[in-house]
Amino acid sequence: MPEMTYLEAIRSALQYEMRQDERVFIIGEDIGVYGGAFGATFGMLEEFGPERIRETPISEAGIMGAATGAALVGMRPVAELMFMDFVLLALDQLANQAGKARFMFGGKATVPLVVRMPGGSGSGAAAQHSQSLESILMHFPGIKVVNPSTAYDAKGLLLSAIRDPNPVVFVEHKLLYKTKGEVPEEEYTIPIGLADIKREGRDITVVANNIMVKKTLAVAEELAEEGIEVEVVDLRTMRPLDVGTITSSVKKTGRLLVVHEACQTGGWAGEIMAIVSAHDAFNYLDAPMRRLAGADVPIPYNRLLERAAVPQEEDIAREIRAIMSNKY
Amino acid sequence: MKEEQKTEKKENADFFKKVEALGLKQAQLEEMLYTMYLIRRFERMADQLYAAGKVHGTMHLSAGQEAVAVGLGLAVQDDDYLVNHHRGHGHFIAKGADVNLMMAEFLGKENGYCRGRGGSMHIADVEANNLGANGIVGGGFPLAMGAGLAVQMQKADQIVLGIFGDGSTNEGVFHESLNMAALWKLPVLFICENNKYGMSMDVEQVIAKLPIAQRADAYGIPWELVDGNDVVAVFDVMNKAVAHVRAGNGPYFVEAQTYRYFGHSKSDRNLYRSQEEIAAWREKDPIFRFRAALREANLITEETADELNEKANGVIESAVEFAENSPEPNVNTLMEYVYA
Repeated sequence: MPEMTYLEAIRSALQYEMRQDERVFIIGEDIGVYGGAFGATFGMLEEFGPERIRETPISEAGIMGAATGAALVGMRPVAELMFMDFVLLALDQLANQAGKARFMFGGKATVPLVVRMPGGSGSGAAAQHSQSLESILMHFPGIKVVNPSTAYDAKGLLLSAIRDPNPVVFVEHKLLYKTKGEVPEEEYTIPIGLADIKREGRDITVVANNIMVKKTLAVAEELAEEGIEVEVVDLRTMRPLDVGTITSSVKKTGRLLVVHEACQTGGWAGEIMAIVSAHDAFNYLDAPMRRLAGADVPIPYNRLLERAAVPQEEDIAREIRAIMSNKY
Repeated sequence: MKEEQKTEKKENADFFKKVEALGLKQAQLEEMLYTMYLIRRFERMADQLYAAGKVHGTMHLSAGQEAVAVGLGLAVQDDDYLVNHHRGHGHFIAKGADVNLMMAEFLGKENGYCRGRGGSMHIADVEANNLGANGIVGGGFPLAMGAGLAVQMQKADQIVLGIFGDGSTNEGVFHESLNMAALWKLPVLFICENNKYGMSMDVEQVIAKLPIAQRADAYGIPWELVDGNDVVAVFDVMNKAVAHVRAGNGPYFVEAQTYRYFGHSKSDRNLYRSQEEIAAWREKDPIFRFRAALREANLITEETADELNEKANGVIESAVEFAENSPEPNVNTLMEYVYA
């Protein structure tokens, strides 16, 4: 199986689907010759032409609405927002229009659109280009939220997202773009709504998403040498949430840590803990559940401050040890 | 013959010539009058049902604006796409919506257009290319533009009718969407229904330079003003605009100047305008005006005009009966159509 970067896996899915479904097109800023701010669509203009690699003015609400309107009329647009932060400019079109059309119109409309957006900190892009806003997007009924942590998941989930009849927000993490993994050349899909146990372990469940999965896996290796076996649950899809995988894992390990880069207040870790606390799995807990989230602070520019604003491997390791030893 | 009578005779002759030049046949003229009656009656009934506590929530009445809906409806194809605003009852009816299903939706019934989930503000019939009214002022601009993009990519011959009010043209998406539609020469007809007020704000208080339609110049989109209370004039302008858009020349912008008689919504006490102003506009009522012109040009008899009005009343009566006899949605179906 060939190795591909996360970014190449995304491009591979886009290319595959555009070759076999002429309804699919990409719409966004600087996605042509430039190839997109992070290069996801690099080279695609030559193959697919400017109609299907539709470059736009800097008009995020316009992009989101164009994709929604086109989806209502039978196309399968994949919109690209240059940074996740910019979804706030497009939120009316995403949440009020795309996300509600099917329900509001009595189930008679379908809005098969995907909107890709890179989130996350670590690139020195500071407060308006580094946010993790998946918790906000998860709040709206009518929007699926997907966030792969590996190149393999990225391709399989993106193919599912494009084929989905409903709006899917596809969150990428900037620091994952260059990470590599084995990715089949051929087509395969990963169902939306299924979490994945990225590492099995008997002692503690860590529920995480995107880059925090990668960090937790590194920590798990380290802790295994100390005899702590961490089970890493990669949510992959934030909405609809795979409650079964989470609760089964908690029942198995009896301990839970939820890790995300998004700010803590109103962050989705609270949702996971609320679900577990109201579930039979709660009875299996041997220690209080904990969460480790981004600090409630805009992402700073300075390298040291930026690093301190979101969970790092040492923080994850510290939290796991604390839960294992019942010392907080 | 007195001067006044002479002028009147000339106007009648002009009306006759205009109607003839537009190729409007007797049956079409009657249909236009009938549809205006139907819209007016539908809304009056909806208002009564609201007062009786049968319509839940608010609604936005368009009484006084019927000529825009009807003049447009006659100028377009049945399968053209419609992206509507919140004061959109008339446009749906003029484009052929089933008033039974509309009334059922107003009463929140399971067999309404949106199965009672949408109500007045979200009426849609996607199968008939009616992409919905919108509760967000200006929310439809990018949708209309995007639908136009799809139609262009599909090489279909439909066009998209994007209808919006004066107030929405101060939203950012207005400018984003006009720019993108013009850049890509999309088949979108932008129709601004300027009824003089965005809720309580007079257009002169909120728009730096009038007319609104001249904003289209900034994007190189041709535009035209029309008396929105003159159904024949509306049809004439829309006809040209539709032909321009359908021929692949890109978007076109029409501003129809009109007036709403009732408040913005059910909470409006009409404190921002005078009764005199409302009365003055009622003098220019599109229905009376059209009926009088038809009469004077001998294109309709009093009897036929009355019959059309009665027919509309009857259709609305039975729409209410249909709606009242329709079932409420089952509460157990609350989560239907929610996929995430």
